[in-house]
Amino acid sequence: MASITPLARRAGRRLLSSLPALFGVVVFTFLLMRVLPGDPAVFFASGPNAGQAEIEEIRRQMGLDKPIPEQLVRYLWDIGHGKLGRSMGTGQPVVTDLANRLPASLELTFTALLLALSLALPLGIIAALRPNSAVDHAVRLLCTLGVCVPTFVSGLLFIYAFYYVLGIAPDPTGRIDIFASQPPNVTGFLLIDSALAGDWEAWWAAASQLILPACTMALFVLAPLARMTRASMLAVMTSDFIRTGDALGLSRRRVVLVYGLRNALLPVITIMGIVFSTMLGANVLVEKVFSWPGVASYALDALLASDYAPVQGFVLLMAGIFVLVNLTVDILYGLADPRISIE
Amino acid sequence: MSATLRHVGWVLRTNPVTMIAGFGALGLILLAILGPSLVPYDPVASNVPMALQPPSPQHWFGTDQLGRDVFSRVVVATRLDLAIAASAVTLSFFIGAVIGSFCGYTGGKLDLWVGRFVDVLMAFPLFVLAMALVAALGNRVENIIYATAIINLPFYIRFARAEVNVRRNLGWVEAARCAGNSHAGVVLRFLLPNVLPAMAVQISLNLGWAILNAAGLSFLGLGVRAPTPEWGIMVAEGARFITTGRWWLVVCPGAALMFAVLCFNLLGDGLRDILDPRMRT
Repeated sequence: MASITPLARRAGRRLLSSLPALFGVVVFTFLLMRVLPGDPAVFFASGPNAGQAEIEEIRRQMGLDKPIPEQLVRYLWDIGHGKLGRSMGTGQPVVTDLANRLPASLELTFTALLLALSLALPLGIIAALRPNSAVDHAVRLLCTLGVCVPTFVSGLLFIYAFYYVLGIAPDPTGRIDIFASQPPNVTGFLLIDSALAGDWEAWWAAASQLILPACTMALFVLAPLARMTRASMLAVMTSDFIRTGDALGLSRRRVVLVYGLRNALLPVITIMGIVFSTMLGANVLVEKVFSWPGVASYALDALLASDYAPVQGFVLLMAGIFVLVNLTVDILYGLADPRISIE
Repeated sequence: MSATLRHVGWVLRTNPVTMIAGFGALGLILLAILGPSLVPYDPVASNVPMALQPPSPQHWFGTDQLGRDVFSRVVVATRLDLAIAASAVTLSFFIGAVIGSFCGYTGGKLDLWVGRFVDVLMAFPLFVLAMALVAALGNRVENIIYATAIINLPFYIRFARAEVNVRRNLGWVEAARCAGNSHAGVVLRFLLPNVLPAMAVQISLNLGWAILNAAGLSFLGLGVRAPTPEWGIMVAEGARFITTGRWWLVVCPGAALMFAVLCFNLLGDGLRDILDPRMRT
């Protein structure tokens, strides 16, 4: 238990130090959406021939007639109270919309991350154990190509191959076939919910919808993960303690996986933050390609309709998630290398 | 100089991929300049009776939903895509170098505030930030450039700051100051030129990333408008036809996009080997 306290202190300090940046994010987002051109009141007036009075009324409703600093203070106040405004498109509070749609995005992102890790680690290790072999070159080729294919192209190619040509993937729209029974909503993650309900038919329906978008995202972040694994494995495997392990007659598997991999994981954990940031961005493209009902496609629709509140809420949410991810990375770092938390 | 040339020759010989990537990039630049005068069809002229034809000897990459020749559109789009990426990277390169150098040289308040600003930028997932910027600045091509430039800015600022910071107390910097140069003069005329070569390596690596970003934004419907030939928006238009098997509408512009990114990435790796032997991997 002794190691938990410094870890918690470390996490707390890290969270505090990210608050200024988070505050900056809020102000930045606010300024971005308010100061710059595009009058949402005109957009949401009932028609092109809406009267001036009607537009003024909408402006007043949205608080757009107040001076900018006052709007900012009100905005901060609202955020403090968990209010992110109301979406003009859906008519719902933005918080409700985001909460409804977030599980879809997270399910996709986490599945993709798991897929990417479960591919990248073995590939990186194999490549590092046999540098300059055919396997190494194949991995390098895969990585080089992986970062060059835009997610929206690879996603569409997957659809073409698996839906149109092979016919084994379901219609690539949404999270679950509209004719399949929806599992009861517990966590919002369809895979977990349907497993909890014991409804394996629904689980399969959800999984088969999920697999293509998840693969698309995984392919995009495979490269940095595999490359980093290879590079750091390569460095670790030349260390003295590996030679000692080999000399002591430990099994190769034990030397590589226990002593090698654990030490090689640190740089991989470090780039997880960047990888996650890339994934949150790629999410927007993948959700658009697969009509995935997540937060990104919601924000995109709002954005194209110059609906401020959802976009602000979305950007804040993304920045918040990113802060949490960096915090998690920090904690994982401490767990993987106990020397760091001792300080 | 001959040592440098020998080094370049050695790198190219041992790494022919860099040479191929270099030729690829050169070809793309030529295509960007000459493209519009080479193509067989008008890239925006529609010919509805010929809509959605698969690739054939007349139309190498087939035709789209309005009967426009996809090959011509892909070739003509090279100019716009490269121009967006190149201007964005150039902008952030110079602005980032100047801001970063001043921060590294003076330290203090300026450094603190710029540091805060960079932290705020880095707290966003960058593609999401670019989206928000384009939406806020207005849905126009030049705003894709500004957005891409801004999300690249933190890397250049940090890089220049770090490089200047280690040099600011060196003998030749002090000598330049003693010779009567103003602080701004020292930064712009002495420190900046020393930092630029190391930063130049970043440019090629960044170009590929900028191309992906810009195409991603226009795929989402931000920036470039419909009839304009551009790879991202062509893929977006072709996406509607992929479930009915019209692969060429996605594959052709997608492959062009991939090829461009691949060339600049590989070239960047090679250039890093040539210009910055410390970073060699």
